[in-house]
Amino acid sequence: MKDNIFTRMGDGERIKMSLPKVKEEIAAGVRDASERGQIPELSAEEQEKLFDILAESSRTVSVDPGEEVIVTDDGAAMLTYCGPDDSGVGIPISRETAHLVYERVCAADSSTAGHIDFSFKPAKAVINHEMNDYFTISQKTTIPLFYGSQPNMGLYFQPDGPFPNPTELMPMGKIDEALASMEKAAEYMIDDLVFFGKEMAEIGCEGLNFDTSGSVGDADFYAALQSIRNLKEVLPDLPIIIGSASEFIMGMHGNIEFDGRRLAGMYPHQQAQVAEAAGASIYGMAVNVVTTKSFPWNLARALTFTKATVESSNIPVHPNVGMGVCGIPMFDLPPIDCTSRVAKALVQIGKADGL
Amino acid sequence: MPITHIMASGMGGMRTAGDLVAWTQMTLKMKTQDAKKYVAEKLGIDVLSLTDEDVMRPLREELGIGVLTAVVGRPVGITAKLKISEILDIKINSVQRFKELVGLAI
Repeated sequence: MKDNIFTRMGDGERIKMSLPKVKEEIAAGVRDASERGQIPELSAEEQEKLFDILAESSRTVSVDPGEEVIVTDDGAAMLTYCGPDDSGVGIPISRETAHLVYERVCAADSSTAGHIDFSFKPAKAVINHEMNDYFTISQKTTIPLFYGSQPNMGLYFQPDGPFPNPTELMPMGKIDEALASMEKAAEYMIDDLVFFGKEMAEIGCEGLNFDTSGSVGDADFYAALQSIRNLKEVLPDLPIIIGSASEFIMGMHGNIEFDGRRLAGMYPHQQAQVAEAAGASIYGMAVNVVTTKSFPWNLARALTFTKATVESSNIPVHPNVGMGVCGIPMFDLPPIDCTSRVAKALVQIGKADGL
Repeated sequence: MPITHIMASGMGGMRTAGDLVAWTQMTLKMKTQDAKKYVAEKLGIDVLSLTDEDVMRPLREELGIGVLTAVVGRPVGITAKLKISEILDIKINSVQRFKELVGLAI
């Protein structure tokens, strides 16, 4: 083995790193996750295994035969026709063609359809169009077809929505008004998500994907959880994925609880437990990437959270592995050397159920 | 990026049994190893063969559950999913809706 390996920074920049330094970075990343999440560190053997994956000289790596897991996504097929805002490639093809290409050319295990804005609130205004497209595509696809969007509570606040904006109220010292606004927005968001789920179920929706839940903090995450619970009460056979926005539920409100558990400050292993309690079928965890730290540090950190989350969850856990999450560099064309190493490490060592 | 993940750790979708394990996992909330065992038992093969194209390609055609390459006149899409739901003994919502529309027993 050489004395140095090529690796990268969290923003994708290629760097050369000595082998002892790689091991130091792994240990530091593991320690950071363990301290923040109050979770066990990876064992010395697991850290050594991660080192081997990072130090493998080949450009791409993969899991061994028999270790494969299923792949879910948050609109991967949409990338074919989406524009620059979504890091899409902007090819003028139909939604239907995009999903069939993803199924039969890319050999994906599942696919997720969604409105181009990928938030439920704007999609609600064109729900008949969405239902019609989904139904048509679902007659042609063989792999599971989810309908996905972001709950995205930000769209419920002024100037985009009806409620006073908490980020404007708080600096003015209007804390009670800010909290009330978030609570009201959560009520409206639950109504919208449940409405959407029921309508989609009417045309045989195979599954919903509440993607990037909690992007506005605890009230946002709560609304997604409560929507799942409400939907599962009337539609017990509707599979629902809940994907998280970040490793840590921000306490924008601070006092929101679900089943008596405070949501603010929850890390992935705790988020998985409330997702399961709400009735979710799959939990998609997210671990933030620090762009100024190395790829070994970021991946070791993500892996520590992943292992703890998988062990604490009774439902399948699919780490989100898009750009800037769970070790993938924050770059719109994540280098495949990093992407494949993230996949191998999270599955082999983290025991992820899917990605 | 999704293609890299598919190549590095994915099950292979309709090339193999990736969609079948996905269907099982999402409908029965099974962890991956359990879902693989469940599907393998239903298909009468061993777990390792679930990602073996040499096993799954002819088996999928024989069972009528859709194959990746175009095969004229064989089930694909909703007709393949109808078969998948029967073989795996799971409820697929689009299949349930399809049965309602054409008057098949649910």
